[in-house]
Amino acid sequence: MGEDNKKSLGFASRINWSGIVTPLIGIALGLSVGAIFIWSQGVNPLHAYYYLLEGSLLSWASLSGTLVKTVPLALTGLAVLYSYKSEIFNIGAEGQVYMGAIGATIIGINFPNVPAPLHILMVLVFAGILGGAFAFIPGYLKAYKGINEIVVTMLMNYIALYFLSMIVQGPLKEPDSFFPRSVPLVDTAVLPKLFGSHLHIGIVFAVVLAIFLSWFFRRTTTGFKMIAAGHNPNALHYAGVNVKMLLTKVMVVSGFIAGAAGAVEIMGVHGRLIENFSIGLGYDAIAVALLANLSPLGVLLSALFFGALKTGANSMQISTGIPVSFVYMVQAMVILFVVASKEMPRIIAIYNKRRRVKKNG
Amino acid sequence: MGIVLELEKITKIFPKVIANKDVDLKLEQGEVHALLGENGAGKSTLMNCLYGLYRQDGGKIYVRGEEVTINNSDDAIKLGIGMVHQHFMLVPELTVAENIILGLKSAKEPLLNLAAAEKKIKALSDKYNFGINPKDKVRTLPVGIQQRVEILKVLYREADILILDEATAVLTPQEVDELFKVVKKLTKEGKSVLIITHKLEEVMALSNQVTVLRDGEVAGNVRTVDTNPTELANMMVGREVLFEFEEKEMDLKEVYIETKNLKVVDKKGVTRVNDLSMKIHGGEILGIAGVDGNGQNELAEAITGMIPFQEGSVVIKGVEKTKLDVRDVYEQGVSHIPQDRHHTGLVLPMSIKENLVLTDHYLEPYSNKGVFNKDVVDEHGAEMIEQYYIKAPDAGVPTRELSGGNQQKIILARELCREPDILVAVQPSRGLDIGATEFVRQKLIDQRDRGAAVLLVSTELEEILQVSDRIAVMYEGEFMGVVKNGEASISEIGLMMAGTRRSNIESQGEVE
Ligand SMILES: Nc1ncnc2c1ncn2[C@@H]1O[C@H](COP(=O)(O)OP(=O)(O)OP(=O)(O)O)[C@@H](O)[C@H]1O
Ligand SMILES: [Mg+2]
Repeated sequence: MGEDNKKSLGFASRINWSGIVTPLIGIALGLSVGAIFIWSQGVNPLHAYYYLLEGSLLSWASLSGTLVKTVPLALTGLAVLYSYKSEIFNIGAEGQVYMGAIGATIIGINFPNVPAPLHILMVLVFAGILGGAFAFIPGYLKAYKGINEIVVTMLMNYIALYFLSMIVQGPLKEPDSFFPRSVPLVDTAVLPKLFGSHLHIGIVFAVVLAIFLSWFFRRTTTGFKMIAAGHNPNALHYAGVNVKMLLTKVMVVSGFIAGAAGAVEIMGVHGRLIENFSIGLGYDAIAVALLANLSPLGVLLSALFFGALKTGANSMQISTGIPVSFVYMVQAMVILFVVASKEMPRIIAIYNKRRRVKKNG
Repeated sequence: MGIVLELEKITKIFPKVIANKDVDLKLEQGEVHALLGENGAGKSTLMNCLYGLYRQDGGKIYVRGEEVTINNSDDAIKLGIGMVHQHFMLVPELTVAENIILGLKSAKEPLLNLAAAEKKIKALSDKYNFGINPKDKVRTLPVGIQQRVEILKVLYREADILILDEATAVLTPQEVDELFKVVKKLTKEGKSVLIITHKLEEVMALSNQVTVLRDGEVAGNVRTVDTNPTELANMMVGREVLFEFEEKEMDLKEVYIETKNLKVVDKKGVTRVNDLSMKIHGGEILGIAGVDGNGQNELAEAITGMIPFQEGSVVIKGVEKTKLDVRDVYEQGVSHIPQDRHHTGLVLPMSIKENLVLTDHYLEPYSNKGVFNKDVVDEHGAEMIEQYYIKAPDAGVPTRELSGGNQQKIILARELCREPDILVAVQPSRGLDIGATEFVRQKLIDQRDRGAAVLLVSTELEEILQVSDRIAVMYEGEFMGVVKNGEASISEIGLMMAGTRRSNIESQGEVE
């Protein structure tokens, strides 16, 4: 997974074509199979895709909507990517996002007299710490006890989900409100909006983080160690690195980013804690990281793609009757095709061989 | 008899290297054909083409007179070709029998027929005196036995053309003898064998015919009886290789590294190093001889901090410690050439230059406050490639794409270029060609002449005898004796390797 991409990190200047082409093929195939499905519903696929596109990218209103969806996908995608570089599969971003959101709310509904930039920073950091602390548990268990992180993170997602439910129905519940939700954040903890739309400054956070990580994995010794640890922890131990500590930290930082992503969602979109505010985000993020072939800058693009699918789906449903859930199908197929197309060279080789055998035989 | 296998003008081109160019080779039935060549000459690549792991870009392969296309190893196996790879391809967690039937159809498909397989394996093992229990987990077997498993795997598939890629590199002399007996038995049965080795005496002892590759091309093809090691070396390297090292009386410096009653118990509770005390001065090489698996590697890993030790202490440059940390030890000026380059020494998917800074990455000038100095690392990579004659298109290629010997040179370059005060070298010339082996041994001597203390672990007695000042023989975690080089005869050392204490040898009087 992401092998091609990872080996050329470090200082390589080579362009990784397969890392760019493979996702594009995956997308094309995913949309093609989707087209068959649309056609079977008696709708012209070109129409449907036109409305999908129109509703997601072609006007400022739709584009800004897409970008709002892109932000959490990108941030959480980067969180997943971060640990993936060390071959740790953080399926727990989902739960870490929830923990971050809880942290964000605690800080965000208090401290009304702190200047806004500082308040936002406080929210991000505290949310990150909660997300990181939550990720510490699977990280520690993986590094020191050899317990599979996938299972632990997956199960811990439920803990976070129900913990959040408990919090918004209990201690953080808005008094007198019918809904399970918190009181609104104070103004200084709300992210500034851009260009008079719903788009908030979180998009800048995502872009900056992606650029930073791209540099980080190429040029820093920590990035180098993380990638090396993923490939051969023995060699890293031999080189004098405390691998267990390193892997634990990787998981904590991954959780920190996911937690901060939850905070951005709360501060930028909802303005308060709401039950089930981001169901499935952590899982979508895995798809985002995979489609990006573990390239941080690629995460921005793949988050944009998935964001566009989600946003355009509504206008497609209104205009053509194709249900919104259709895009989830496409999303899943794209990932399947991306994973499969890494096997393409091998499949082609086998196919060629069959043909030759037929000719000869 | 006749020719069972013929390669005609085989050419294999990798993106940046021509690994094989118009290579011709004829294998006679019932013969052993040796393939010789420097590291990176293209031997493994040629064999991989034959075994279907690579597809040649030009040329033809004939098996028993018929032209064949070999697209994958299944095709090769069907043609009766079997290969034991330079780096073993066994699954450690599976048993011998499971490894051997891996990928084969069983008679009871879709169920396994393990019992039948085990029986057949046992029969084969008995026939060739392998002494293998099919139910053993591969993980628990010593390297020599693992290799027999690889050979069994090939025989199980009823191959009659066997390819052995550097089969002897990891074996002890006794194991090599055993292997040779097996090979001779196989050829007597009419099977044909292609062997790759860097050891000329083995070529002379075992083969009927020799083909020498140089830079991917055939540099010569002779009947073994018509040639000699000097000529072969000349053909390979283009110069004479002498293995003559300048003897130098060194003034011993103070003791650089010392162990006191060191005891290492492994995870399974087996005592690997038992109450071992030794001292190495600056300016001397202590060679540790012994059959593989007698605790030499554990000793090396314990004093470099890679594994914990339970009792005793290690004194590095006067500082005594009962617990070591790898980074700490490293910063005391200790370099370590580890036993297994793939398992420990290298990160294969990463580039040469990255592997060259694996241990030094956090230090200036390679990095500064956690950020690499790209130019320095690039330059360092290019420099090391030149100084250590690493055969590679550039320092940016993944280490995986290098030939085995050239991978080893990366480790050497990395560990020696920092001019360590103490060098712990475990099998440093494993898999290297004769030119490179001479180079490595010279480097070890250079370290000593520079005043470093060198601990050399090698299962090759020849290597120990050539470079050591003192020789310790290790058996079941203990030293059977420590002698000045030249003080004990080879047969005395052999006795110690088999577990006789030197004091006992002397009390028995003359042994020679
Ligand atoms: N997969 C690969 N991709 C690119 N280059 C390769 C690959 N495999 C081998 N090479 C190159 O081909 C050349 C021949 O390599 P090969 O492994 O055949 O050498 P060899 O004769 O077996 O050497 P050694 O004795 O060190 O094992 C080398 O220059 C090597 O770097
Ligand atoms: Mg080779």
